[in-house]
Amino acid sequence: MDDAKLLIGRRHQAAAMLREKTISAGEVTSAMKANGVVRIGAGAGTSDDRMVPALELAERGEIDYLVFECLAERTVSRENLSRSKNPDAGYSPSLHARLRMVLPACMRNRIRIVSNMGAANPIGGARAARKEATDLGLGDVPVAVVLGDDVSSIVKHRPDLKLMENGEPLESVLPSMISANAYLGADVLCEALNSGVPIVLSGRVADPSLFLAPMMHEFDWAYDDLPKIAQGTAAGHLLECTASVTGGCFGWPGRKDVPDLARNGYPFADVREDGSIVIGKTPDTGGRLDVMTCTEQLIYEIHDPTAYFTPDCTLDITNITLTQGAADRVRIEGARARPRTDTYKVSVGYADGYIGEGEVSYGGIDAVARAKWAAEIVQERLRLQGFKYDDFRVDLIGVSSLHGEPDSRPEPYEVRLRLAGRTHDRKAAHAIGFETRAMHMHGPGGAGGACEPRVRDVLAVKSVLLPKNLVNPQVVVEGSL
Amino acid sequence: MSIRVYDLAHARAGDKGNTSNISVICYDARDWGFIERELTPERVVEAFKHIAKGPVKRYPLRNLKAFNFVIGNALGGGVTISLAQDIHGKSLSNVMLAIELPDRK
Repeated sequence: MDDAKLLIGRRHQAAAMLREKTISAGEVTSAMKANGVVRIGAGAGTSDDRMVPALELAERGEIDYLVFECLAERTVSRENLSRSKNPDAGYSPSLHARLRMVLPACMRNRIRIVSNMGAANPIGGARAARKEATDLGLGDVPVAVVLGDDVSSIVKHRPDLKLMENGEPLESVLPSMISANAYLGADVLCEALNSGVPIVLSGRVADPSLFLAPMMHEFDWAYDDLPKIAQGTAAGHLLECTASVTGGCFGWPGRKDVPDLARNGYPFADVREDGSIVIGKTPDTGGRLDVMTCTEQLIYEIHDPTAYFTPDCTLDITNITLTQGAADRVRIEGARARPRTDTYKVSVGYADGYIGEGEVSYGGIDAVARAKWAAEIVQERLRLQGFKYDDFRVDLIGVSSLHGEPDSRPEPYEVRLRLAGRTHDRKAAHAIGFETRAMHMHGPGGAGGACEPRVRDVLAVKSVLLPKNLVNPQVVVEGSL
Repeated sequence: MSIRVYDLAHARAGDKGNTSNISVICYDARDWGFIERELTPERVVEAFKHIAKGPVKRYPLRNLKAFNFVIGNALGGGVTISLAQDIHGKSLSNVMLAIELPDRK
C-alpha cells in the first residue's frame, strides 16, 4: 500500500478536498434526491450470486448506491491461501466480472459502489478495480479501502480467547490457523464513504453494515441514534441476500407462485432521513416482493429475535411490522436496538484435513439393497487398508441424503450411493472415491455412472469475540482524491 | 384427520455454524394460536430426531405471524466441515412443513 493515502484523522479535510474537486470535475456529490430519499440497491448476496440483475439496477433502478456482498464464511480463508501463492490475488475473483459489467452504468448514473469484495486483499482489489475502470475508458477512479479486519497478528497473542462454538481455547486451532478476520461495522465504512470517492472496498464487514453505512453517510446519522441504526440494520438484513426478498429461495408451484422467476430483479431500499424505509425492486423485472417474501428473509439466520448481534447494534426484530404499499413495495417499521457490544466477532479459518467423496448409481429391481451392500463393501475395504476417518457418511441420494433416514421411506426406482469422509490423511480421503468407483467391477451387479474420486481441503471456521479496543479499522484511498 | 404445517404456514431455513434456524410463518394470522399450541418444541425435536441432536428452542414473533425455531447440532458439525450434500441445511424447512398436527376439531 505504498501509494495509498491514509485518511484516518483527516477525513474532513479529505472530504472537503473532494467536494472542491467534485464541483469542478462534476464527480460524486451527495446522492440525496430532491424528494429526500436515498436509494440503496443490493447487487450481490454471495460470491456466486447472479450478475445481470445488478446491471438492471444500475441502468434503470434509479439507485444512488450499489452494494455487493460477496463473502461467505470461508471465502476470506480461501482467499488468504490465494494471496499466499500470489501477493496480487486474494480479493474476490468475481470482482473483475462484476465491475466490468456495472462500472460504466454506475459512473454514468453517479452510483457509488460499496462492497466487501476486497476479501483477504482489499488493496489488491482496489488496484484491480482501478484497472478495470481504466480499461473501460472511465479514467482514473479512486477507491477507498477499509483495512483492519485482518486481526490474525492480534489473536495470535490471545490463545486464551474462547471459541464460541465449543468453548475450547483458540490455542487449539492456532497451529493450523489460516486467517482471522473481525466483522467490522458501518462506522469505518461510513468513514470511507466520507472520502467521497466512487468505490468503497473492504474485507470482512458485517453484511447489514454495508447497507447501513451509506445511510449514516447521507443523513449524518449519529452512531448512537439507536432507532435509526436499528431501521438501517434491519433493512440491510432484508437486502443482504438480494433475490431472497424478490421471490428467490421462495417459489413453490401452486402454493407460493412467483411470476417470471427466471427474470427476477434485485431489491433496493428507499431511505429517508427520519429512518423510514421502503423496500422495492427494479421496475420491469420478474419475481415478487411482498410481506411474505420479506418476512422469510427477515427471520433468516436469526437466532434470538430480540438479540441479533452486529458490530453496530443489537437488533430486536420482534416489534417490526411489514406492510405492503404499492405493488412490489414493502414498508418496514418498528425495528429496535440496544447499544452495540464492545467486542467484534472474529472468524478464525484453519486447515482441518480433507474431505473425500465417491458416488455410483443403481437402478431397477432391488436398487436400494444393492446400493446398501456396495456401501458396506467400500467401508470394509477402507477398513482393511487401515484408513481412519474423523467423520464418515453414507447417503442414498433419492432416499435419505437430505433429511436423513427415518423409520421408513418409499423405495425409489433408482438410487445414487454417495460416500464421504473427513480425515487428516489425504490418501484416506482419496481412497473413498477410488473404492466407490471400483464398484463398477468389484461390487454388486449393475453399478453405473461412478464419478471420479473427489478430494477437497477442509477450511474450517470458528469464532471468537475480540475487544474492539484491540482492533484498528482504517481507511486508505488508492488513487488521487 | 390431521393437518400439516404446510397447510397453514410457509418456512425457510438458515444456518449459523452447526445450528439451523427455521421460520414458520402463518399465511393467516388467525392460525398463529393453533400453531403456538400444537407446533411445540417437543414435536419439532421428534420430527428432527434422525437429523439433529438438538436442543430446539422456539421464539414467538407475533407481529410477523411467525415463529423462529432454532435447532442445535443440526448441520453435521457446521457448514465448513459437514459431509452432507446440503451443508447449509437449506432443505430442512421441508421437514418442518411436513410435520403433522392434530386436527383442530
